[in-house]
Amino acid sequence: MIDLRLDEEQQLIRETVHSFAMEKIRPVAHEADESGAIPGTLVAQAWELGLVQGSVPEQYGGYGQGSSAITGTVIAEAMAEGDLAVAMHVLSPRLVIDPVLSLGSEAQKKDILPRYCGERFVAGAAAVCEPRWDFSPAKMQTTARRDGSSWVLEGKKCLVPLADDAPFIVVYARDAQDKMIGAFLVPAGTPGLQIGEREKNLGLRALATFEITLEDCRVPADARLGDDATPLLRRARVAQSAMAVGVAKASLDYAVGYAKEREAFGVKIAQKQAIAFMLADMAIEIDAMRLLNWEAAWNLDQGNDSVREIALARQYVADGVMQVTDHGIQVLGGHGFIRDHPVELFARNGRGFAAFEGLASV
Amino acid sequence: MDFSLSEAAKKRKETMRFVAEYVMRPISRQYDEAEHENPMEFFNTMWEASRGNREATKISGDGKKGGEASENTLLACIQIEELAWGDAGLYLSIPNPGLGGAAINAAGTPEQRDRFLKTFYDGKPRWGAMAITEPHFGSDSKQVSMTARRDGDEWVLNGTKIFCTSGHRALEMSDGFVVVWATLDRTKGRPAIKSFVVSAGTPGVKVTKLEHKMGIRASDTAEITFEDARLPADSILGTPEIVTKGTAGFKGVMATFDATRPIVAASGIGVAQAALDVVKQTLKDSGIEIRYEAPAHEMTVLERAVMWMESQLQAARLLTYRACNMMDRGERNSREASMCKAKAGLAVTRITQKAVELLGPIGYSRKLLLEKWMRDAKITDIYEGTQQINQMIVARSILGYSSAELN
Repeated sequence: MIDLRLDEEQQLIRETVHSFAMEKIRPVAHEADESGAIPGTLVAQAWELGLVQGSVPEQYGGYGQGSSAITGTVIAEAMAEGDLAVAMHVLSPRLVIDPVLSLGSEAQKKDILPRYCGERFVAGAAAVCEPRWDFSPAKMQTTARRDGSSWVLEGKKCLVPLADDAPFIVVYARDAQDKMIGAFLVPAGTPGLQIGEREKNLGLRALATFEITLEDCRVPADARLGDDATPLLRRARVAQSAMAVGVAKASLDYAVGYAKEREAFGVKIAQKQAIAFMLADMAIEIDAMRLLNWEAAWNLDQGNDSVREIALARQYVADGVMQVTDHGIQVLGGHGFIRDHPVELFARNGRGFAAFEGLASV
Repeated sequence: MDFSLSEAAKKRKETMRFVAEYVMRPISRQYDEAEHENPMEFFNTMWEASRGNREATKISGDGKKGGEASENTLLACIQIEELAWGDAGLYLSIPNPGLGGAAINAAGTPEQRDRFLKTFYDGKPRWGAMAITEPHFGSDSKQVSMTARRDGDEWVLNGTKIFCTSGHRALEMSDGFVVVWATLDRTKGRPAIKSFVVSAGTPGVKVTKLEHKMGIRASDTAEITFEDARLPADSILGTPEIVTKGTAGFKGVMATFDATRPIVAASGIGVAQAALDVVKQTLKDSGIEIRYEAPAHEMTVLERAVMWMESQLQAARLLTYRACNMMDRGERNSREASMCKAKAGLAVTRITQKAVELLGPIGYSRKLLLEKWMRDAKITDIYEGTQQINQMIVARSILGYSSAELN
């Protein structure tokens, strides 16, 4: 029976993460964006929330039952409301945990997962995007060739978060033989894995992302997690879309607060229809974005591949977050263009969702 | 969280789709072209079906507080979505208590509900209707200038109402009723506005015009003139007192919209779904499948357009289901009701326009129903509160403003 609400547990998670995002993350978002650095203390505090460890089952060192896509979207949205770069940073371990959990062997789970459930934050990384205008997961050019008992990875990747710090990078590559997309667990320091300079992007400036090059990069046969990694990339889209909803919500809430303070022509600007209707539109679109994405996530949790739902939600959300965050700037007028206010940051971050692949996981 | 339909909802959807496909579609074009004619066979068929299944024809949910979860509002929306998929104009003209019935349910005493609704389905087809709009106002409903004067044991109504859906069928084709908004005192604003149930056959009540419309032509849209129309004292819904403190009475009337807006959204969604289905079938027949995961730079304009239509439609639908959900749980849903109505109104207008565009000359031709659906969809963004009125309600809600602060 249709019931479009979070359950009590999900509601509680949302409230916890949202308070953290607004009280701890948002106050440092501006400085992090300007300096390109996220305070270590903040990352440690986020770690203590236990969101990452909670997605790992007890037998592998965590204290959860595994992850539901719906709960994943709740966490991703609420965290991204604070700041997108910080959210991606603190949730990055899931870029390794989720592939291992869903495709890894029992031995890999026992070996890898406990490393991400310790006292301290351990960075995770995934390499999906490639530095080409016509990149798409369906047209991945990085290849994996079988050579004896090794896989040989070749190609160039970009937008790889925390590649300089992560003990493992999950590299997505096309099997040179059967053309299937595979996920390969590549340990830091593997010969042939070159980590380039830190990237400079339109948004996500606080998130350390890198271009990486794979040249005759050899990993053992069992480094390949399962066979087909396409479902993982779909799940990533659901997580990213949830973060986009969070960014859009952040823009709306800031614009509402501003519009109720700022005066023009003798009234608060929120009392003018031109402003009020923009805010109403933003609110409607945000709820629509969230519901569509929940539907995609719910279908994943039912064991469906959710191809259509995810594609529709992603397209809708990528358009929506741009429109909403642009409205957010417009409500503030000239002040929206000044970096002292976060709405331009929301729009710069929001622009990426049409391009992002594999930057988050549920 | 659950995105799946219950067994009851699936069954309702299936039944209504059958009616839509085999009873409504075959006569859809005919009654679009023959405006103001009456599809009597259709009326009789629907009337007989309604009598056998009154629960299924309820226009709004019960809004149970606590206890067992109800899904009456949701079921109503699913039903209407399917019937409007068949034909939105014919759906609107199905003999039932309509919006007038919703008002009596919301604001009437148990005795009034018994009197007007309990025996409604006895006898021949009947219609209920609601008359608010007057020639000089639409959205600004506190401008009611139709007067109600007490004279002995009667109320005396004078004035003119327009845009009354099914007004003609309620008053002149059947033994139905119209719920009419009138003021007890024009100088006292909202608190003086009351609603009255006017039964067919009331002397001094006359349908003076039937509108010619862009779409939903099978539905009658009446102008009704009241000249010293006399009603029994107990025709008034709610208290006859003019309570100036607070606007509880008026708010009560406005709360009816919380139930009717998702219904209107659902009818538009049905129309847009019909258009989308034809577009997809046409593409399929031409050997074109939508590649949902195609790389962005390889996707065709067609694929992009269809995906846009599908996601817009589903967004409107989910917002509508959410508003229904809340009403079914007895939660206040004014904001969500307006959200779904605003979203659906615009989305279905654009989706049906896009459908006509995509199919080119075929889409524009009256051989297919696409052009009709484009005409039928537009009203979704207008009646039961225009796009702008609903934006206003959403804006007030998220800003925490009263109507005095934002207007």
